[in-house]
Amino acid sequence: MQQNKTEFAIELKGITKTFGSVVANHNIDLSVKQGEILALLGENGSGKTTLMNMLSGIYRPDSGSIYVNGKEVFINSPEDAKKLGIGMIHQHFKLVDVLSAADNIYIGSKKEGFFLSGKRFDKITELCEKTGLEIDPHKPVYSMSVSEKQTVEIIKVLYYGANILILDEPTAVLTPQETQKLFSIMRNMKEAGCAIIIITHKLNEVLEISDRVTILRKGESVATVKTAETTAKELTELMVGHSVELSIDRPEPDRGEVLLTVTHLSIANDDNVDVIKDISFELYEGEILGVAGVAGSGQKELCEAITGLQKIRQGSILYKKENIEGKSPRDIIKLGIAMSFIPEDRLGMGLAASMNITDNMLLKSYRDSSTPFVDRKSAAEVAERIVKDLEIATPGINIPVRRLSGGNVQKVLLGREIESAPKVLITAYAVRGLDINSSYTIYDNINIQKKKGVGVLFIGEDLDVMLELCDRIMVLCHGEITGIVDAKNVTKEQLGLLMTAAVKEGEAHE
Amino acid sequence: MNTIINFLFAAIKAGTPLLLGTTGEIITEKSGSLNLGVEGLMYMGAFAGFYAGYKTNSVIIAVIASMLMAMFGALIFAFLTVTLQANQNVTGLTLTIFGSGLSIFFGQQMINNEGGKPSMSVDFMAKLAEEPLPLLGDIPVVGKILFSHNPLVYLAVVIAILAWIYIRFTRAGLNMRAVGENAAAADASGINVNRVKYMNILLGGGVCGIGGAYIAIINSYGGWDNGCINGQGWISVALVIFASWSPAKAILGSLVFGAFSAFQIRANEFASAFPALSFLAEIPSAIYVMLPFLLTAIILIFTSIRGKREGAQPANCGINYYREER
Repeated sequence: MQQNKTEFAIELKGITKTFGSVVANHNIDLSVKQGEILALLGENGSGKTTLMNMLSGIYRPDSGSIYVNGKEVFINSPEDAKKLGIGMIHQHFKLVDVLSAADNIYIGSKKEGFFLSGKRFDKITELCEKTGLEIDPHKPVYSMSVSEKQTVEIIKVLYYGANILILDEPTAVLTPQETQKLFSIMRNMKEAGCAIIIITHKLNEVLEISDRVTILRKGESVATVKTAETTAKELTELMVGHSVELSIDRPEPDRGEVLLTVTHLSIANDDNVDVIKDISFELYEGEILGVAGVAGSGQKELCEAITGLQKIRQGSILYKKENIEGKSPRDIIKLGIAMSFIPEDRLGMGLAASMNITDNMLLKSYRDSSTPFVDRKSAAEVAERIVKDLEIATPGINIPVRRLSGGNVQKVLLGREIESAPKVLITAYAVRGLDINSSYTIYDNINIQKKKGVGVLFIGEDLDVMLELCDRIMVLCHGEITGIVDAKNVTKEQLGLLMTAAVKEGEAHE
Repeated sequence: MNTIINFLFAAIKAGTPLLLGTTGEIITEKSGSLNLGVEGLMYMGAFAGFYAGYKTNSVIIAVIASMLMAMFGALIFAFLTVTLQANQNVTGLTLTIFGSGLSIFFGQQMINNEGGKPSMSVDFMAKLAEEPLPLLGDIPVVGKILFSHNPLVYLAVVIAILAWIYIRFTRAGLNMRAVGENAAAADASGINVNRVKYMNILLGGGVCGIGGAYIAIINSYGGWDNGCINGQGWISVALVIFASWSPAKAILGSLVFGAFSAFQIRANEFASAFPALSFLAEIPSAIYVMLPFLLTAIILIFTSIRGKREGAQPANCGINYYREER
């Protein structure tokens, strides 16, 4: 093979990129060999995605040079990147919802004729068979699960014959089983001589899949280490810049009375299909109840039902023996149920993106004002306090929240919910996409609430974290509870099996 | 019987400019641009088409001139919204005002210079005569309704069918749909988003322009009328929704809307031909003018209930795309 003449598939030298006054990347060096998996590690806002976007042609570097297979190149557009064989799988999938899997793959293709051939679907099936991937080429993207969407992205990159692959947080939305499948695909590609860069926050995955690790901190490349010669602790310290305690503190739960009693609850979706099927559980004061499950197992509907956003088809939800069915979200908030609901689209349901931090605080408290005017002064005080307490990195409280980074947006939302001194706190995917430091700040704050006697319903996706943080874990699969287990006496594998309903509780303990 | 045949014939004739306007706007919207300047583009096409035809006596030159003029208007829209990232709604509305003003200004100049309202030569209008096509035109009833039109009617239908094939069955059409649905995804796939947008805005604008020329020449019986478009550009924009962004359905939709406007003139004829329908003569004509809009509103309700993703407005329609936006 001709490519093997040069050692490096990609070499970046002295890359700098600024957005206005913000330096996203400063003088970064990075290299990947053929047939190598490089992990790119760094906190939120350390410039990983920006750097990769320069390889895929979304951004252009201000200075520095890029070498592909030993030759200096200038990547001015995604088209240029494609020609160089660079394929990127973005964190937020770049797919057209209304088009089929196959058509998404053919977008921008130069290999096809003037007319779209009816055989284009078969070609994708063939490619799938060759690579061991599975997808229905006719299926429209809007009806796909996240893992299917990811498969489409991977097939698309393969279809173009990319041999340099960049994956931006590919495992964030996958189950452990799906992650393993992805990893085996990556290993196959590596065998075939592809160079792969993977961005991830999960240290165990870095250690498992990569050959080398490059660590970015505050827009600079601080170190590159061989995976075989490093540990999770060393990586974290390089990433954060100081030593960190890597275990989550789990205070013994001081269980009080029952806060929430859910009995035989069923919830139907818009198409009248039950998405929550006959579930029963209880949430006590001073405990963290984790909810695990593949995305779309009914977590969202459960949260929405408890907070009064979704109608209940059957069963009941009692808050301290008071039925909350039929109550408006406002009445339920008054009862003391705070929902810090953080969906995939963080700015969708919790915060108003173009309003500043102060005004977002007001969203929940504006009615408490005794005059017809908005009491912005006390909201500003709350905003200042939250910014300080949760270490939110922002130039000020008068900045629109959409301009903050993901982690900081999350902290604003959590801060506001805690401020209302709730009895029940519901958080969904509280740390999705957050770096280690921000995540631990969030965990600490959830634990503080737990100690105060708040019942926390923690909808999570990182099983490692849930095993350390939660007291009990309830596993949902297709809207049914497949088990409520003690977090101290269960393994990740057992949870994974419950999530896919391969076994029911009891069997998992064998 | 003759009343019905005449009515359907008139419906097709009246629906043709709407079909052109709608097809043009569908092409534009499918590629992600909401151009509310259709009315203005049609006005620009109307004047240019009329003037070119009047001066050269050539139908082909008239059609090409109307296209080029409307493409010039569309170019302004494309430059402002794609290159300069201006708001599409505001730009489109401004284009409507600009286009109609420009057309009326030059139209009035023409009237002044010619010393009265100019009319197309008999020779020119003969080229656009409504004559039965050979063979097809001899079929009873259908031949009269479908195959005895002026050549521009067939041109419009051919353009709509070509647009349908382009959007649904070609690679270029797939790319432009991708841009209209999710410009960021199209960009990441190596499509030159700005080029696709420019091309489709210009193409769509050109098609709208032909619709304008049709109104100026056919609807006004060869005589120039400063206010000839009179809201038909707006009806075209509404028809896009009616046709759920498919040029094939636009053929049907423009026929329905054409029928309403044909009905305005023929209600009395119906009333006298069918005694049972005599009440039609009593209904004020304003009701018939209003009906297409009422129908659009009803259709909107039904399409939103049905909620099928494929027949909906392209997701990125009306939204500008800037690659480095964070």
